[in-house]
Amino acid sequence: MEKNDKSMITKAIGHVSFVMRKCLFSILSIGPVPAHIAFIMDGNRRYAKRHALHQDSTNPGSGHRVGFKCLISTLQYCYEMGVKYVTVYAFSIDNFKRDPQEVQSLMDLMKEKIDELLTEDSVLKKFDARINFWGDLQLLSEPVRLTAKKAMDMTVHNKGPVLSVCVAYTSTNEITHAIEASVREKQENAPIEVSDLDRNMNTAGCLEPDIIIRTSGETRLSNFLLWQSDFAHLQNPNPLWPEFSLRHLVWAVLEYQNVHGYLKKRKGEIEKNK
Amino acid sequence: MIEASVIASPFLGIFFCLLHVIVSLVRTWSYLVHQIQCLIISSGLLPQYQDINLDRLRHLAVVIDSEDAKNKSKVHQLLCWLSDIGVKYVILYDIEGVIKKSDKAYKKSSANPSETKCLDFAPNMLLIFDMFGMTVEIIFYTDGKEAAAKGANYLCSNYLKNQDDTLNKLGPKFTEPDISSALKAVGHDGPEPDLLLVYGPARCHLGFPAWRLRYTEIVHMGPLTSMHLVL
Repeated sequence: MEKNDKSMITKAIGHVSFVMRKCLFSILSIGPVPAHIAFIMDGNRRYAKRHALHQDSTNPGSGHRVGFKCLISTLQYCYEMGVKYVTVYAFSIDNFKRDPQEVQSLMDLMKEKIDELLTEDSVLKKFDARINFWGDLQLLSEPVRLTAKKAMDMTVHNKGPVLSVCVAYTSTNEITHAIEASVREKQENAPIEVSDLDRNMNTAGCLEPDIIIRTSGETRLSNFLLWQSDFAHLQNPNPLWPEFSLRHLVWAVLEYQNVHGYLKKRKGEIEKNK
Repeated sequence: MIEASVIASPFLGIFFCLLHVIVSLVRTWSYLVHQIQCLIISSGLLPQYQDINLDRLRHLAVVIDSEDAKNKSKVHQLLCWLSDIGVKYVILYDIEGVIKKSDKAYKKSSANPSETKCLDFAPNMLLIFDMFGMTVEIIFYTDGKEAAAKGANYLCSNYLKNQDDTLNKLGPKFTEPDISSALKAVGHDGPEPDLLLVYGPARCHLGFPAWRLRYTEIVHMGPLTSMHLVL
């Protein structure tokens, strides 16, 4: 009986939170809402250290587990707000240089969480979202690569918002592969144009990011979406990724709305001159 | 029958304005705190700011909004200050190329114009010169994606020339060093800045060459018109 009461209260709180969020997002949508937000989810390990999470040789990914929960709630808020594309920087090619045990733990965690995203009660299912994996997937271990491929195949026909996960990714690697693909196509006399490179990027068909948020106050892009970020509003809030919450997201959108006119004007001028 | 959304719209509008007023107040407060910090630093009261060590700052990039870049005296002042504090290499970028069109004006205004050295990486691009003992490189939007396309064409023409080679029969295979070499060959090479300062209304790099931005620290400085010597 007590358990039933608790679950009813939890459901009621959930409904009230949902209604309040809907009101808040209705207010925000009077101004421009970003169509694409990208996140560099920085700070999981520092969070684990700061909160003395159980981080030993058997579970070096505890900070990342908390980070994944934050990702799910952030995705939910973004999709409720009407953000069409969310891109996250999950694992850089440079991260393979980390301790092999940590890398293996992250790979195992990635596989586990991809499977979780494909379950019936996941946020992807709820919003009929599509998932992409961008990066040099050949560098991933076979179980992770196959799971990622399965996730992409299962959601390819979904009509809802899009989650793009950058894994085994760097922007310079992406540009290199785009140039390679463009050279492979171009066997005739016509020169390679910027539009050819755009078409061969992982992000082809996806809008460029409006906001790129790197948590933990770090100011670098660390080889993330460098090609696509010409007119993205770069933000670096201080909270660590697991501390990133709805109020930080709302603040990010409000900051973006302040500069949207300026960025749109600059982008328009360049496109007019092309 | 009036729809609920029509009734709610004015109230939503009021709350929207209220949210933005709060954002403006917070930004004003942050600006005031920053100004006070600058005042304290420039007064010399804090010992850690009295002797700036720029050993780790080998290359500095400055992105200036093109409207701000038309203010030549401000840009010139910025270059003087950077030289005074010991910066050795500056990459100046504005998206429309306003600074590049005025580069002759900057060269003439250096301390000893007859000793201004042009250190162009490519014969047809006078983009780099010495000013106040500091190397200044000037780039704009076409030095980014269009340069990458030129590099791709360079690699393509080399690949087609060597198509009989056994390796090439498997299709083109490039590495990141190949791309760097191609950019150098087409005259669009350059060092990666350690730090990038953005002068303009928003923290946005406005198309700064992607290949040179991998691990650069990016800091927003506000409009050029309100810049201080305490950077």
